[in-house]
Amino acid sequence: MIRGTVVIAEDICKGCELCIEACPQESLGLSDKINLKGYRYAVLVKDNCTGCVNCALVCPDAAIIVYRQKKPTKTAGPQVEVPI
Amino acid sequence: MDIPPLTNGYEIVYKKPQTLTDTPMHYCPGCGHGVAHRVLMEVVEEMGIQDRTIGVAPVGCSVFAYDYMNIDMQEAPHGRASAVASGIKRVLPDRYVFSYQGDGDLAAIGTGETIHVVNRGENILMVFINNGVYGMTGGQMAPTTLLGMKTTTTPYGREVKTAGHPLRITNLVAQLPGACYVTRQAVHTPTTVRKLKKAFRAALEYQQKQQGTCFVEVVSNCPSSWKMTPAEANKWLEENMFPFYPLGDLKLPAQSN
Repeated sequence: MIRGTVVIAEDICKGCELCIEACPQESLGLSDKINLKGYRYAVLVKDNCTGCVNCALVCPDAAIIVYRQKKPTKTAGPQVEVPI
Repeated sequence: MDIPPLTNGYEIVYKKPQTLTDTPMHYCPGCGHGVAHRVLMEVVEEMGIQDRTIGVAPVGCSVFAYDYMNIDMQEAPHGRASAVASGIKRVLPDRYVFSYQGDGDLAAIGTGETIHVVNRGENILMVFINNGVYGMTGGQMAPTTLLGMKTTTTPYGREVKTAGHPLRITNLVAQLPGACYVTRQAVHTPTTVRKLKKAFRAALEYQQKQQGTCFVEVVSNCPSSWKMTPAEANKWLEENMFPFYPLGDLKLPAQSN
């Protein structure tokens, strides 16, 4: 399975929970702490993110950066660097 | 926003476009304006037209759109964004010009401008955010408010007898000969956001071909004025707004030879 991760700007997040609704892996949740604006912000609660970008697409504040594991390239021949 | 360094073996697949400024948006949590802003600016970034795009901000919740979009912007009086945009396009015909308006701006006070700009076939993109209420002033009834929908000025629900029928202005402008591309999209799920991005891209590309006005309606939410959580508002949107405002293309440009 391709793995991914998200980095959420906690000071920009307004805790609207749309990313939590959109996540097919249910890997997002709300934090226990509050941010500068007084909102509970979205955080990664499970380590099963696939980097599908759904959360970032529905985020109204563009607060989410999505990372995904690089796919191993076939053109590199037999010496394919195995991603971590 | 600082982007954290790449972890070994990982690559960035999604980040905020450079065409949005770092100013935090003032919109309520879950508001569709933020998504519409971001998707439009993503298209501008992908097409590489940041220095050749001029936007016209309206009066309404999105009145501060010029603070968030990192392109040339102009503020217009209430309802007149499309008229200002057509003036800019006539003076600078090589620029990409769009107006960005809500339903109180475009469909109420600006109905005259809207219809005549489309009828003249000005080569601009008109973005129309439809959430069925006046959001900025506190949730009063807009022309697009659904029948039976409760707002602060229709506390028992909108009635035909006193407030008339909801106005489908997108269907209205689709009949005009000056319209090139008329479509209705939404921003509440990842799928609809992807479709909206394609619609914006198509609309800006048609503008290059000078075929007429492109009109993109975005059916959006207003969790604050609807008095719901963002998730409830999106569910309500699907169940109530979509039967009256069905998504899809209303007019496509004639195939050029």
